[in-house]
Amino acid sequence: MAETSNNHYVAKDFKSDQEVRWCPGCGDHGILSSLQKTLAELDIPKEKYVFVSGIGCSSRLPYYMNTYGFHGIHGRAAAIATGVKIANPDLMVWEMTGDGDALAIGGNHYIHAIRRNIDIKIILFNNEIYGLTKGQYSPTSKKGLVTKTSPYGTIEEAFKIGELTIGANGRFFARTVDYNLALSNEVYKEAAAFHGTAVVEVIQNCVIFNDGAHDAITNKETRDDNTIVLHHGQPMIFGKNRDKGIILVNLKLKVVRLGEGGITEKDLLVHDAHEPNPGIHYRLAGMTYPEYPVALGVIRAINAQTYDGAMLEQHEKVQASSKIKSVDDLLMSGSTWTVK
Amino acid sequence: MGKRSKVIERDTVVIKFSGDSGDGMQLTGTLFSNTSALFGHDISTFPDYPAEIRAPQGTVGGVSGFQVHIGHKLVNTPGDFADVLVAMNPAAIRANARWLRKGSTIIYDSDNFTEKHIQRAGYKEDPFKEDKLDDMNLIGAPISSLVKEALKGMDIDPKSVLRTKNMFALGMVYWLFDSKLKYTEDFIEDKFGKKPLVAEANSKVLRAGYYYAETIEALTPSYHVSPAPIAKGTYRNINGNQAISWGLLAAAEKAGLKLFIGSYPITPATGILEELALRKDLGVKSLQAEDEIAGICTAIGASFTGRLAVTSTSGPGLALKSEALNLAVMTELPLVVIDVQRGGPSTGLPTKTEQSDLWQALYGRNGESPVPVIAAGTPCDCFTFAFQAAKIAVEYMTPVILLSDSYLANGSEPWKIPSMKDMPSITVPWAVKTDKDYLPYERDPKNLARKWAVPGTPGLEHRIGGLEKTIKGSVSYTPENHEYMVKMRDEKVERVVNDVPDLQVLGKKTGELLVIGWGSTYGPIYTAVSELQDEGFNVSAAHFNYIRPLPKNTAKVFKAYKKLVVCELNTGQFANYLRMKHQKFDYHQYNKIQGLPFTIGEIKDYCKKLLEGK
Repeated sequence: MAETSNNHYVAKDFKSDQEVRWCPGCGDHGILSSLQKTLAELDIPKEKYVFVSGIGCSSRLPYYMNTYGFHGIHGRAAAIATGVKIANPDLMVWEMTGDGDALAIGGNHYIHAIRRNIDIKIILFNNEIYGLTKGQYSPTSKKGLVTKTSPYGTIEEAFKIGELTIGANGRFFARTVDYNLALSNEVYKEAAAFHGTAVVEVIQNCVIFNDGAHDAITNKETRDDNTIVLHHGQPMIFGKNRDKGIILVNLKLKVVRLGEGGITEKDLLVHDAHEPNPGIHYRLAGMTYPEYPVALGVIRAINAQTYDGAMLEQHEKVQASSKIKSVDDLLMSGSTWTVK
Repeated sequence: MGKRSKVIERDTVVIKFSGDSGDGMQLTGTLFSNTSALFGHDISTFPDYPAEIRAPQGTVGGVSGFQVHIGHKLVNTPGDFADVLVAMNPAAIRANARWLRKGSTIIYDSDNFTEKHIQRAGYKEDPFKEDKLDDMNLIGAPISSLVKEALKGMDIDPKSVLRTKNMFALGMVYWLFDSKLKYTEDFIEDKFGKKPLVAEANSKVLRAGYYYAETIEALTPSYHVSPAPIAKGTYRNINGNQAISWGLLAAAEKAGLKLFIGSYPITPATGILEELALRKDLGVKSLQAEDEIAGICTAIGASFTGRLAVTSTSGPGLALKSEALNLAVMTELPLVVIDVQRGGPSTGLPTKTEQSDLWQALYGRNGESPVPVIAAGTPCDCFTFAFQAAKIAVEYMTPVILLSDSYLANGSEPWKIPSMKDMPSITVPWAVKTDKDYLPYERDPKNLARKWAVPGTPGLEHRIGGLEKTIKGSVSYTPENHEYMVKMRDEKVERVVNDVPDLQVLGKKTGELLVIGWGSTYGPIYTAVSELQDEGFNVSAAHFNYIRPLPKNTAKVFKAYKKLVVCELNTGQFANYLRMKHQKFDYHQYNKIQGLPFTIGEIKDYCKKLLEGK
């Protein structure tokens, strides 16, 4: 991976000369600026970043980053990013995608990139709607949502991105909110430092076609009671008054109130993002309000061999033992005969 | 050597090994052809196997065959009709009855001609009578019993004993052709070295077959084919898929690039992915993708980073890749897309050959989507055209489609091994950092290629993608810019013609009839036209490997003949393409859509009729 370069960047260094064309008030603006801030703090040479995307509002982001960028076709960002990373493991590859791009048309590439543990950072903008095509439901739209293609409400169950990711053997899953620059910055940095497929779901608001979809977990009044920010090694406490916590009862998560029934901080679950068994991470990633707070922060981060790393190892091994060092060697190998 | 009562001296002989798909016929055929090649024959082979791995035993659907054409003169096809058929069961007779020459020799395992097997093959009683083969030279040998007898007392299980039947048949054929056993014995030793009993059993049975043939005097006449006048050099056998893989490796080495292949298994193209997956020693990165689309998309990603990127597929897979192929058209990245054609549409005839993806290659995408299209003509020249496809892709910064097909992929022939120092050079249009800003779509004034700036290079950061761009790389919906860029992309592909060699003519440069072909029909057309010329007919042939763009001298060649006929394995896709590109000519068509290659005989018959004005 890219080594430290002692480059001193500021966020502005990552702004391209292209005019940002998202709607005013779109959550994507926040994602762009926190990414630019993160990159400036990472101290990796700028030329080593490649931003790859598919199609959709989210996928315009590479145009606005002053790095190498590749705007692909609908659903295929994960496959393109896979090719970039395998071909040159020295690059740091970021995939910008959305709920339609990654989970509907690109679902196959998404799960396979995760299964292989390709060392790419997937930033998945989840606004639960198709924005660029102007308002159709997506695989993460809440059941019953009325959209242009579901005028009587959807009759589909939604994917929970965390469950899908961990189910595909995801080793890194985190969640943040578009406007929460501090949390996003923290999560993106952890994703960047992780070796393997790092998925960050960004709760993102589409002001035009699905405004307020995430209101319960984003508005000032309710957000602290409806979300929990997880930190590795910290007890699971949340709430406006930090008076609520999470415990495990009969293999199920349960929200409790501190002080009630003799519950103290010691009784609460302590977050272990590095636990290889996915059971608890799967449950945490699947929490939805009103029953539970939505989990934010790094939910799962398990080290495992990356695909690109394993490929390099295999190459070195074969190259050390093979007698074939050039195409001429290959052509003359095996059964040949000479006509004089 | 036993006494041979009668030896027939022949210029060429066609031998077909045929049996159940588990009978080892592919191996038997390969060993025979390698032995012949080592002796100095020119050879051409073609395997013919069922789509199912193990179709029901003894049925015609489960017959697996391997045809070898050996010659004292140069052979260009696996041959129309067999002179010798090795049939391990009645189904093999049924499957091959119409492809036997009059008076040919049929060696069969009489142990397998039981009532049950005969009926399973669809016969009533006597396969030879019912298929009117009773005047052939029929040699029934109780191969199964003889094999058991030969291995009596050896400590191997009955299943393994019967598995050596193919070696017995091979031994018999070797006697028939007075061939040496050494190559096969070496092979057996090499393959079963770790299982000495199995090796011993196979060698024993091979010899038993050989001596059995010598003992029964029925196996006459035997054949003698003298070595062919082959050019000096070192040779090896190669099939089309292997030749494509190696041609790509050669191009990568010449260009100083690492090869990347992203592919999804599909018959009959899979051999390319398999071959390149082996070559980690040469730094090939191969990915068996989750689907066809991921195959090409990973390749596009790799191309963006400066690798020689490849994806291989067959017709159905090319259909799935078409959107992504346009992404490579739009981003103007080098990419070699190999379509090993098979019978279509849909799943069609997965193991059979056809040339019906030509239009898909030329036109099967949305928008104005120019892509150079090249078609290989023989298993050997798959190497050359894979190399050329990669050279054009890199030098012009464009995706290139290389068409092969099942016939080339699986067919093999001796190949004179080239030396890398004699291969053409490949110039990579790298972008380098200068004082001026890097403009992604700034073009070389000569061939219109843009410059390749790869991630990791400081100062060349840029963004490209599927949206229409300006020269600067900015997204643009400006009407004039779109029209300009469409025309530039088209003109760039047209300029590839400067690297396309002139169309060559076999025979007189002017005359009554020009037989036109493209791709894998080279062998049958070349042979048919050569034979017609020997018979005194005023016929020439011209064969296309470059489809888009067509060679510069195409019209000049065409106008020197009174009649033109386009022969192809589809309903007339190339003929119609020529009608569009060169409208002033009349084109006759000779088409076949049976999943099979042309026979030499049918091309000759059609040409004769055309010459007679019928």
